[in-house]
Amino acid sequence: MAPLEYLRPSDEGAAIALAEADGRACLLAGGTDVVGLLKDGVLAPSRLVDINALPIAGVEIRDGGLSIGALTRLSDVADHPAVRGRFPALAHAVLAAASPQLRNMATVGGSLLQRTRCGYFRDPVTPCNKRAPGTGCSAIDGEHRLHAILGGSDRCIAVHPSDPAVALLALDAVVRTRGSRKERAIPVDDLYLLPGSTPERETLLEHGELIVAVELPATSFAARSCYLKVRERASFEFALVSAAVALDVRGGVIRTARVALGGVAPRPWRARAAEAVLRGSRMTEATIAAAASAAVRDARPREQNAFKVELVRRVLTRVLATAGAGG
Amino acid sequence: MTRTEITLSVNGCQHTLALDPRVTLLDALREVIGLTGAKKGCDRGECGTCTVLVDGRRVYACLTLAVMHDGATVTTVEGLADGTDLHPLQQAFISRDALQCGFCTPGQILSAIGLLAEGRATSEQEIREFMSGNLCRCGAYPNIVAAIRDVAGAQ
Ligand SMILES: Cc1cc2nc3c(=O)[nH]c(=O)nc-3n(C[C@H](O)[C@H](O)[C@H](O)COP(=O)(O)OP(=O)(O)OC[C@H]3O[C@@H](n4cnc5c(N)ncnc54)[C@H](O)[C@@H]3O)c2cc1C
Ligand code: FES
Ligand code: FES
Repeated sequence: MAPLEYLRPSDEGAAIALAEADGRACLLAGGTDVVGLLKDGVLAPSRLVDINALPIAGVEIRDGGLSIGALTRLSDVADHPAVRGRFPALAHAVLAAASPQLRNMATVGGSLLQRTRCGYFRDPVTPCNKRAPGTGCSAIDGEHRLHAILGGSDRCIAVHPSDPAVALLALDAVVRTRGSRKERAIPVDDLYLLPGSTPERETLLEHGELIVAVELPATSFAARSCYLKVRERASFEFALVSAAVALDVRGGVIRTARVALGGVAPRPWRARAAEAVLRGSRMTEATIAAAASAAVRDARPREQNAFKVELVRRVLTRVLATAGAGG
Repeated sequence: MTRTEITLSVNGCQHTLALDPRVTLLDALREVIGLTGAKKGCDRGECGTCTVLVDGRRVYACLTLAVMHDGATVTTVEGLADGTDLHPLQQAFISRDALQCGFCTPGQILSAIGLLAEGRATSEQEIREFMSGNLCRCGAYPNIVAAIRDVAGAQ
């Protein structure tokens, strides 16, 4: 780890100014990703701006929806009665993430912006276009069993590791941000970029831009939502494949559907083709099978990760049946 | 080298430390304060041997910087016994033979204290899920779960 400066401002304006003033500054929330990346030599900031003294933690009920402060710890999100009762997919996804200790440390903002777990990205001596643009992607011809089947490019096929982000995507969540010149409201669906030819750029956020809160709107589909994660251990492991679905079913007909996938793409992945199949249909086995197939119609698996295509179908079949049960 | 001064209350003792900001809470406890009860297994948040309580909540000391905890109260395994009276979980681990090599044990016990405070020890399945952040290479899991159940049942 290279020497660095540590600052702990107590107001948002100061935090943003300190981060913007230094192109190699890094915001520090729970630290569970940043500290690991520092140790591995993947991140070498000159300045750490610790944002934990900012008053942006806690869950508030607002306009019928929820506003979750960016510094709210994952365990406090999962324990909140309004999250459990009205946004079950988020409660499930948060409890499926990491371990109890990590959830006591990790924040909602950090969970959205955590970096990929691709082993080549995390090993500073191998080529990686995301870490060192232009050096090449070691995964494409190397180990890529855990890599993307959707949304990748010939420059990068790393997957986004966040469970909470997948649920937030399905629940139409919006990220509130603040920079020195502007404040923005960015739907989670617009936050993430695909790798294309610039895999080092992962989100729309500018350097130093602070996530202040994540807002969950009141919708007709949040209450009937759930999250299913499949992994190689019973617990405390990243997803091979995960899915969040949210449905508005009235009179046996699906009015609105949200389907989001994790573990399969460089960003939390919205399966719009599956949503289109579900919309206006009855929740039958045939509908479920058609939606599950539509979700992977454009999949481009590689040699070692073709199993994920069938796994997505099966995960969606199970999670849609669960969410649809009860009319 | 710029150092940052912090105060930590560890097991009831106040420590004022001037630290390089890169020092983790685990290294501050082990190398600076000299409390080696919290162990360094993976140093990457993957094994749980470094689990301590910070302001009453269980966390991994290896994945957080000490300077982030100015003014905090930290509990390590050294702070659990009251003189020669062991903490109920320490006693339960001995009674149930919930260890083999013992390397994971301080982390398991601190994690279990966090678990009991969270109210998530109501069944064997729940204990297993909510102790998943602590690995045991010796595979003492059945007896660890039994020890935690004993203490949860007695509360
Ligand atoms: C062993 C292990 C297993 C894990 N398993 C899982 C898992 O199964 N599922 C899962 O989803 N995650 C998992 N994680 C990842 C964990 O959830 C993330 O590390 C955590 O959510 C990051 O949050 P943080 O607050 O600690 O972020 P930090 O490490 O503090 O920051 C992460 C990034 O976000 C930026 N940032 C943080 N907050 C803000 C803000 N408010 N505004 C702007 N930028 C910000 C930081 O600058 C940094 O770039 C695991 C981690 C480990 C170590
Ligand atoms: S040493 Fe901290 S989790 Fe392994
Ligand atoms: S007793 Fe040896 S690792 Fe758990």
